Amino acid sequence: MREIVRAAIAEDAPLLVEGTGSKRGLGKPETGLANARRLSLAECRGVTLYEPEELVLSARAGTPIAEIEALLAAHRQRLEFEPMDLGPLHGLASGLGTIGGVLACNLAGPRRIARGSARDHVLGLTAVSGRGEVFRAGGRVVKNVTGYDLSKGLAGSFGTLAVMTSVTMKVMPDVETEATLVLRGLADDAAAGAMAAAMGSSAEVSGAAHLPYAVAGRVAEGALGREAATLIRIEGVEPSVEARAAHLSAGLSRVGRLERLEGEASRALWRDVRDVRPFADGTDKPVWRISVAPTRGHELVMSLRMAAAIDAFYDWQGGLVWLRMEAGEPEADLVRQAVRRHGGGHATLMRASEAARTSAPVFEPQPDALARLSKRLKDQFDPAGILNPGRMG
Amino acid sequence: MSVRMPAPNGTILARRREIVEALRRIVPGEGVVAEATELKPFETDGLTAYRQVPLAAVLPETTAEVAAILSYCHANEIPVVPRGSGTSLSGGALPLADGVLLVLSRFNRILEIDFDNRCAVVQPGVTNLGITKAVEHRGFYYAPDPSSQIACSIGGNVAENSGGVHCLKYGLTANNVLGIEFVTIEGEVIRLGGKHLDAEGYDLLGLMTGSEGLLGVVTEVTVRILQKPETARALLLGFPTSEQAGACVAAIIGQGIIPGGMEMMDRPAIHAAEAFVHAGYPLDVEALLIVELDGPQAEVDHLLAVVEGIATAEGAVTAKVSQSEDERARFWAGRKAAFPAVGRISPDYLCMDGTIPRKELPRVLAGMRALSEKHGLAVANVFHAGDGNLHPLILYDASRDDELSRAEAFGNDILRLCVEVGGVLTGEHGVGVEKRDLMPEMFSEDDLRHQQRVKCAFDDKHLLNPGKMFPVLHRCAELGRMHVHRGQVPFPDLPRF
Repeated sequence: MREIVRAAIAEDAPLLVEGTGSKRGLGKPETGLANARRLSLAECRGVTLYEPEELVLSARAGTPIAEIEALLAAHRQRLEFEPMDLGPLHGLASGLGTIGGVLACNLAGPRRIARGSARDHVLGLTAVSGRGEVFRAGGRVVKNVTGYDLSKGLAGSFGTLAVMTSVTMKVMPDVETEATLVLRGLADDAAAGAMAAAMGSSAEVSGAAHLPYAVAGRVAEGALGREAATLIRIEGVEPSVEARAAHLSAGLSRVGRLERLEGEASRALWRDVRDVRPFADGTDKPVWRISVAPTRGHELVMSLRMAAAIDAFYDWQGGLVWLRMEAGEPEADLVRQAVRRHGGGHATLMRASEAARTSAPVFEPQPDALARLSKRLKDQFDPAGILNPGRMG
Repeated sequence: MSVRMPAPNGTILARRREIVEALRRIVPGEGVVAEATELKPFETDGLTAYRQVPLAAVLPETTAEVAAILSYCHANEIPVVPRGSGTSLSGGALPLADGVLLVLSRFNRILEIDFDNRCAVVQPGVTNLGITKAVEHRGFYYAPDPSSQIACSIGGNVAENSGGVHCLKYGLTANNVLGIEFVTIEGEVIRLGGKHLDAEGYDLLGLMTGSEGLLGVVTEVTVRILQKPETARALLLGFPTSEQAGACVAAIIGQGIIPGGMEMMDRPAIHAAEAFVHAGYPLDVEALLIVELDGPQAEVDHLLAVVEGIATAEGAVTAKVSQSEDERARFWAGRKAAFPAVGRISPDYLCMDGTIPRKELPRVLAGMRALSEKHGLAVANVFHAGDGNLHPLILYDASRDDELSRAEAFGNDILRLCVEVGGVLTGEHGVGVEKRDLMPEMFSEDDLRHQQRVKCAFDDKHLLNPGKMFPVLHRCAELGRMHVHRGQVPFPDLPRF
C-alpha cells in the first residue's frame, strides 16, 4: 500500500480510495480529476484478531461489515454503534460496506444516541498517510490516552488524510432480548416530547425514532400501516427489559395508544430505520441527513414543510432528520439556513445525482477559521493532495 | 526528576516586565500574577516531584481575553501552559520558566442545563463533580468520574481525556463530550459540535480531547448528562490467586455482562486499605474484586446472582453482596482510599498508569514482582479490571538519596512491560512530562511524526505546552519534507531534552 501511495505521489496521480465502492454516491463526485486511479481495499480483507473476552477485534480495512457482524454474532457480540448500510439508499445491494468504509464515513445507526458512533468504538488503526508513510495510532485496549487520538482523527475523514489498512474496534456483548414500544398517531412535536421523556428516564432506552404517518408504512414491509409511529427501543436481559418496558409504558400510555414489538419484528423495524428504507426508492431524489439538537428536529421540519415539498422522519430522539426533497432539487441553501435558524448543526447530502452533488456543497460549509484549520491538517497528512481530492467538498 | 524540560529562552526571561505589562492591559486587576511569592502555588500540579515557577500567571475571565492573550503570545513567540485545577498526575500543567501560565479557574460558570437534550453547557473551570451537583436534583449526573473529581476541572478532563472507574460501560471523557469552544494559539475562536451529534469534517473534537493542552485552549464544553441508574449494588469477591480473580473478570465479560465498575486490588493494597478505613476486606486473599452492577432493579438483582455464580465457579473464597447503600459505600471506601492508605505505610509513592489486555494480568503481576526485587522497592496494585487500566503504586522514601530515581526506573520498567504485552503507557493520567521520554517504547518514529503533524496543523511554532508529550520537538518545516528514502538520518540537530 505504501508503494502505491508513493508511486501516486511521484506521478502526481490522485488516488480514489475506497473499499468496495459502495459509498461512491456519497461525497463530491470524482469527475474531472486528470490522471486519477482507483485504489480499492476490497482485497485487503480478513479479521486478524478477535478475542471475545477482551472485547476487541482487529480487521483489515476492506473486511466486509457483514463478515465481521456474522463472526461477532456467533460469539453473541456486536458492534455497539449499529453501523448503517448505505447500499439500499443508493440503489445497491445490502451488505457491501467494509469496516474501513464505515469508519472513514463515521457511520452509525439508531443506537448512536445512547452508545456513540464508529469514532467512539475505534481503538486503533494502521494507515498510510498521503506522504507515503505507514503509521500506527492508538492500541487494542479501551482505556488509552497515550498521545493524540489519531484513530478518531481519521474517523469521518473520507480517506482524505490517509489510507487505513487495518482497524481495531471495541466490541460489546449482544443483548439477550429487545422490545420496541410503539406510540401511535402522534404529531411530530408530541413525539419529540415523548422521546425526550423516554431518553431522560432511567429506562436506558437504546433507540428513539419517529415515523410520521406518510413514512410509517414504508418500514418492515408495511407492518406498521399508515399511522404515525414513535419507536422506543429497550434492550438487555429479559427481566430488565420487562421491568423497563412496564415502567415506560405506564408513562407513555398517557401520551397515546401503545403497541409493543418483540424479537425479530423489533429488529426488522430498527434495521429499516437504520438503513433509511423509507427513502430507498430506487430514485436519486436528494436525501439529506441533518443533525440538530434533538428537541429542534421537528421545528426544523415544520419550517421546511412550509417552504418545499419534503418527506421526513426522525431518529436519535428527533435530532437526526432524514429528509427527501420531493421536487428533485437539493435546495441546499434553504435546508442549511433552516438548520442555522434552529440552533445549528449540520446537513449532509447523503444521496443526489452527480449534477446535484457537483453544484451543491455535499457537506456543511465550515466557518473560515475552522476551514483553515482543517485545510492545514489535510496539508500535513497529504501535502500533495493525492488522497480523494475534493471528496469532502 | 529525570525528565528534562526545554532550556528557557533568555530573551523572553529578559522581557518579563514588558510581558507582564502587556498581559495586564488584557486582563486588568488581579488577573495577572507576577510576584514570586504569589506564583509559588502554581509551581506544580499533581505530579509534585516536578516544580517550576512560571514567568507569570494570567487568569482571564472571558473567551475574548483568552484570545487576546494567545494572540499576544503567538505574535511574541512566548510559550503558554494552560492549567485548569492543576490536578494532572503526569505534569500536564507543569509551568515553564519562560512561559505564561494560562489559568482557567475563573471560567467557573454553568451556562446552560438542557434536560430535554440531556446536555449541559459549562465553562472549563467548572469541576467534574460540579456538573453532577448542578443536575442531580432531576436525577441526572455526568458519567466520567476521575478520582480527583471534587477538584479537577472539566476543561482539564477534556485536555486529558479523563477516565474513572466506569469507563468500560460509560466511556471516557471523549465519549461524553458533545462539543467545545476553543481558542487557537493564533487567537482564533473555533466551535466544534454542540447539542447535535457527530459534527462533520475532520473529527477535531476527537483530536482536541486528550491533547494535553498542546493544541488549543478550551473555553466552553457541552457534555452529555445521563439519568442516574435506578440502583447500584456491589459484590466483594476474594480470591486465593490473582489468576483466579483475572479468570473471574474474563468470565463475567464472556457471559455478556458489562458491570458499571470492576476493580481489583492485590494483597499489599488490600492490607493498606483495610488498615486505613476498616472496610471489612478479607485479609487472607491474594486478590480482591469489587464488581458493581448498576441499572434497573430487576436487572441488577438478576445479574448479581449470575455474577455470584461465576465467582464461586472461579474459586472465590469470599463473596459478599451489598445489602444497603451504606454497605456498598463501605465496599468502595477501601478502594477509593487506596492511594492515601498506601501513603500511610510509605513516606512517598509513585502512581503509575498503564493499560494492558486483561488476560495479561497474571503475567504482568508476576513481572512486577520480579521488578520489585530488582529495584528493591515494594509495589501495591489497584486495577480497573474492567478496562485493563493498572495503577501500580511504587513505595519509596524521597529522603533516601537514590530512591526516587530507583522508583522512576521501576515505573518505567513497568510501563515497558505493559507495552510489551500489547498495552499502552497511559490509560487515563496522560503522557505529560512523566511519560514523555517513554513514547518511543510504544510508537515508531513515523507514528510520532504523524502525531506531531497534528501539532503542526494547530501550533506550528510549538508555543502551546512545549516539552510535554513528545520526547523530540521536530520543527514543523523539517516534518514537512517528504520522507522518501529509507534509512535517512532523522535530523541529528533537533533539540532533545
